[in-house]
Amino acid sequence: MVIRAVLIPILPLLAFVTIVFFGGALKRKSAWVAVGASLASCLLAGFEIANVIGGNTLYANATWLVVNRVPIEFGVLIDPLSAMMLFVVTFVGSLIVIYSTGYMHKDPRYPKFFAYLSLFLFSMLGLVLSTTLVQMYLFWELVGLCSYFLIGFWFEKRSAAQAGRKAFITNRIGDIGFFLGIATFFYATGTVRFVDIQPELAHAYAGSWILPVSALLLFSGAIGKSAQFPLHVWLPDAMEGPTPVSALIHAATMVAAGIYLVARLFPLFHAFEITSQVVAVIGTTTALGAAYFALTQFDIKKVLAYSTISQLGYMVAALGVGGLAAGSFHLMTHAFFKALLFLGAGSVIHGCSDVQDLREMGGLRKSMPITFWTFLVATLAITGFAPLSGFWSKDEILLSAFNHQHLIIFWVLSLTAAMTSFYMFRLLFLAFFGKTRGKFHAHESPVSMTIPLIILAVGSAVIGLPGSPVMDHWFQSFILGGHGEIHHVNSFVVAVSTAMCFLGLLIALIFYIVQPELPKKLAEKSWLFYSASQNKLWFDELYDASFIRGFKSLAGILFRFDERVVDGCVNQVGFKTVALSRVKNWIDQYMIDGLVNFTGWAVRTTSGIVRLLQTGVIHHYLLILLLGVLVILYTVS
Amino acid sequence: MTTVPLQHLLIFSTLLFFIGLYGATTRRNMVGILISIEIMLNAVNVNFISFARMLDVSATVAQVFVIFTIVLAAATAAVGLAIVLVLYRNQKTIYTDEVELLKW
Repeated sequence: MVIRAVLIPILPLLAFVTIVFFGGALKRKSAWVAVGASLASCLLAGFEIANVIGGNTLYANATWLVVNRVPIEFGVLIDPLSAMMLFVVTFVGSLIVIYSTGYMHKDPRYPKFFAYLSLFLFSMLGLVLSTTLVQMYLFWELVGLCSYFLIGFWFEKRSAAQAGRKAFITNRIGDIGFFLGIATFFYATGTVRFVDIQPELAHAYAGSWILPVSALLLFSGAIGKSAQFPLHVWLPDAMEGPTPVSALIHAATMVAAGIYLVARLFPLFHAFEITSQVVAVIGTTTALGAAYFALTQFDIKKVLAYSTISQLGYMVAALGVGGLAAGSFHLMTHAFFKALLFLGAGSVIHGCSDVQDLREMGGLRKSMPITFWTFLVATLAITGFAPLSGFWSKDEILLSAFNHQHLIIFWVLSLTAAMTSFYMFRLLFLAFFGKTRGKFHAHESPVSMTIPLIILAVGSAVIGLPGSPVMDHWFQSFILGGHGEIHHVNSFVVAVSTAMCFLGLLIALIFYIVQPELPKKLAEKSWLFYSASQNKLWFDELYDASFIRGFKSLAGILFRFDERVVDGCVNQVGFKTVALSRVKNWIDQYMIDGLVNFTGWAVRTTSGIVRLLQTGVIHHYLLILLLGVLVILYTVS
Repeated sequence: MTTVPLQHLLIFSTLLFFIGLYGATTRRNMVGILISIEIMLNAVNVNFISFARMLDVSATVAQVFVIFTIVLAAATAAVGLAIVLVLYRNQKTIYTDEVELLKW
């Protein structure tokens, strides 16, 4: 069974390798490699999930490193939580890969896109199946890398390349905290295994400061990955990537990794007052703030991006107030309806010749019926209309906030629910109702795109049922494994959440169907409120003015230091070497060469004198011969 | 039978030798030089014979030497003439001062 579990992430990896090496030869067929691999791993994951539902937990480890005689392991862990994630990643992932075959149809880098998607699926599945923090960190970085690749997939566009960089750098800021968190956690407890993180472990460290600190550091990784306040700025920009990527990575799976991390470490966060409060406050702030930003956006994908941030804030808040099951439940339902919303938006963009501005759309209800109906289902699901999935999961979150006496959080989240309802219906009305305002001819998308939409629409409708009273809160007891409380429906909470989503629907109806002139007038009247939302409370500008400018000037100072001091030292060494070699050159030329030349010169000069004897006149030789003989005779006698 | 006194023979050979020497050192013509060398060799031969007669009447040793010298002289003359011929063919001259191939 371990081999089957290991194969789940390995299959997409094989697809990635195949496409990378044979993508040129496979061309369009490389999409089928990716589709086949994702469907196969979905099937294998199905077997494993069935196994977990049957009550078995799969846990296998191999020692990877040994640090201070403590083994750091690498393995697979399939318990209810990771089974839920496996289901989401493989099922939604497969649908999105199929959808991409239609959406990316005209792209020149078609095989590469599927290679990246497969690599992402591998990384994400590896992350889900991790048994230790270290293994998770590894795959955590890999999904970040894939996200970078895919956001910047159309890197010819300057904004896309910059968005990829922004996402990567912002994530790194969180990841530094994550890494420090792993280090401090390991230092404090001597383990990085998830199975060791139990309430008893945290209680053993009660009163010590190191574990809360390491928990908060670990949470900063989740803040970066799940785009929580204050590191939320990257996700809206990440919409520069192709829409299936936004659906898969920036809505359904990768951004949920932060939630998954917090859920995995839930006993740790829950053990300390301070950590659970920080988590809850950050989640609530993010939920409210992002919903506020979403109110006035005109880019269809930006609205959905802020909606994603807001919903992630919901999940974080749920985990912060102690609702492990509620957060996980919302993660699962959100993956379905948000993937559906993004794929629907992708279908709209595809059908409207790459128009993304809501002001140019309108009236698409008739030209794109399948997209419209599935989008409607998703909108009803996210806003929380009974009995669609969002109703049950959002209710569960509100309920756990209410039951744990976090009344401020409860009311803020309820307000957010009203805002969610407003901006989603605004999006729906602007895009699908009224008359077409832009100049393009909308058409319905191909079958490869509409079939995943229909499947996801069915999923969005029914996936909430396992956590509802209809099925006796089966999902909650599955995640909690029998221990932990299960909240039963509170009629007051249901009434509030339903009232909120009807309130949002009503306002959107008035603003965009009944009196289309009203929003403009209202925007002029309360321009501060409006432009604050339009400009996302100037967060980008604030970061630009503070951190980015600060870092740039620091980099400038360091650059000058480099230029003056480091380069100066190097250059000085260079100059000194040149001067020294000049001296050596002189010695070589005048001393050593001089000696050699002098030898030659001396031989030449002396032989020049002797040479004169060789006159070439044969009589001279004879005379010399004669004289020589005479001299010999004289000396002999 | 009156014998020619030794002194006369020696004077004759000396004269002959110096005539050859003079010729060898002054002639520009290579053939002339070769002839002069032959004259010097013959002066030496006369010297040999003269002393042989004076010192030992049956001196065959000297005669053998002389015949050796004549043979060798003939050989060297042949070689010398061959050189002169080849030189003439290449340089169109047999005057020593005009041949300066090996001169510095």
